[in-house]
Amino acid sequence: MKPPAFRYHAPASLAETLATLAEVGARGKVLAGGQSLVPLMNMRLAAPEHIVDINGVAGLDDVTVDAGGVRIGALVRHARLEADAEAAAAVPLLRQGLRLVAHPVIRNRGTTVGSIAHADPSAEMPAALALLGGSVEAAGAAGRRTVPAAEFFTGPMESCLRPDELAVSAHFPRPEPGTGSAFTEVARRHGDYALCGVAALVTLDADLRITAARAGYLSVSPTPAVLDLTDAVAGRTPDTADLAAAGRLAVGRLEPEDDIHATAEYRAHLAGVLTVRALRAAAEDALARATRDPRPAGSGSGR
Amino acid sequence: MTEQTHEIRLHVNGVPHTATVPARRLLSDCLRHDLGLTGTHVGCEHGVCGACTVRLDGLPVRSCLMFAVSAQGHEITTVEGMAAPDGTPHPVQRAFRECHGLQCGFCTPGFLAVVAAFLEENPDPTEEQAREAVGGNLCRCTGYQNIVRSVLRAAELAREHPGAEPPGAGAAAEGGRA
Ligand SMILES: Cc1cc2nc3c(=O)[nH]c(=O)nc-3n(C[C@H](O)[C@H](O)[C@H](O)COP(=O)(O)OP(=O)(O)OC[C@H]3O[C@@H](n4cnc5c(N)ncnc54)[C@H](O)[C@@H]3O)c2cc1C
Ligand code: FES
Ligand code: FES
Repeated sequence: MKPPAFRYHAPASLAETLATLAEVGARGKVLAGGQSLVPLMNMRLAAPEHIVDINGVAGLDDVTVDAGGVRIGALVRHARLEADAEAAAAVPLLRQGLRLVAHPVIRNRGTTVGSIAHADPSAEMPAALALLGGSVEAAGAAGRRTVPAAEFFTGPMESCLRPDELAVSAHFPRPEPGTGSAFTEVARRHGDYALCGVAALVTLDADLRITAARAGYLSVSPTPAVLDLTDAVAGRTPDTADLAAAGRLAVGRLEPEDDIHATAEYRAHLAGVLTVRALRAAAEDALARATRDPRPAGSGSGR
Repeated sequence: MTEQTHEIRLHVNGVPHTATVPARRLLSDCLRHDLGLTGTHVGCEHGVCGACTVRLDGLPVRSCLMFAVSAQGHEITTVEGMAAPDGTPHPVQRAFRECHGLQCGFCTPGFLAVVAAFLEENPDPTEEQAREAVGGNLCRCTGYQNIVRSVLRAAELAREHPGAEPPGAGAAAEGGRA
């Protein structure tokens, strides 16, 4: 179908964008990559009166990697971030997750910050942001604020962004030393939104014993769920840890619901299986990193 | 509301065009209806089928998920712009013909855009990579086997005739900035 009529605004600067957003308020929508908004408009599920196209705004397309982590601007496309070797080295979960976002052609246009702003509970990057404990930098008429991921997502397709605010950037912190990560999911067809997805972070100390294990979930809760599964596996090495127990612990804490794609029961089953797979892969990743880059024994077992 | 229109300038296949369109005109419809370039096909209009895929500054994108007003200032390449100026088909077009990579042809322009860009980045793909590359495009006729074969054959043809790139190609290495 064809999208409904709207007024088009193409601001060239951040100040102009914020002024336009303040003027149009809840009747307007930001247009970034358009890979979620335009389908919704074509299907007439969204009918904003004003579109504020930020693609011409200068200064929103930086990827900055520093000791703290990776900061990405609002116009950084999924594909560009996926290809960034420095970002992948600092926060490997980024590339691991981006590879599962739609198809390459969609990633050429869709932005990572747009995906976070869209807050789809079946999307990979909101789950990655939540698991890493990242944050979103929002700018509005009233000034700037930094919102931690745990407060940013408020419901399915809902964030705490106000209509006059632009998500200017997102920050993904570096995982602590000794950490490995992995992203696994099950989708009906390659490139589809996942029926269930699990991202995991596993941290090993210098004796290669697990000190922390956390998992982030998509498609099983209204907002990205993050579970601390350390209790099930702490003090064990990756090959002696009872990962199945961690899977059971996770299933007990999640409450997936039925929808047209899958029953709650099937989703819970997937969450258990994928938790085990994601933890195993993250632990193997941590081991591989430890072998490549050994740390002196007795150091860095921070928990 | 009386619908506001915009005078837009688009650069398509190396040729400048102007059109007067409402803001909601999809790039796919602008190419087909305003510019008469009907080689770009429209299937689902929500990003799933890939029939409408064109190249924007070298990168394949869905033209049904972009407004024509937003495409100003970019170089757009459609299937009409793939052949060499003397009419010699692009290696990917030749391979699809040789290997029966199409039946009805509805999906073909989208596949050609994706495959041409893919081979510029990956000149010597494995069958697995070729399969993955076309994973975002739907075809209801061929069963995909001959499309995968066409990708591999196109890679061979391009290697036999290096430097035979048509205009509009080659900007794909720039990454996602558009
Ligand atoms: C066929 C298909 C398959 C897909 N599969 C997946 C998938 O498997 N996993 C996945 O995660 N995604 C998937 N996507 C969605 C894709 O990742 C989108 O790119 C992403 O969800 C939204 O990013 P965007 O830049 O395109 O945002 P837009 O579509 O431009 O915007 C989406 C929403 O966010 C708001 N918004 C965007 N940027 C900002 C900002 N900076 N500040 C404030 N508000 C903002 C918009 O107003 C709008 O409401 C798929 C899309 C398609 C078409
Ligand atoms: S018509 Fe654009 S993807 Fe189907
Ligand atoms: S050839 Fe008919 S849809 Fe692909």
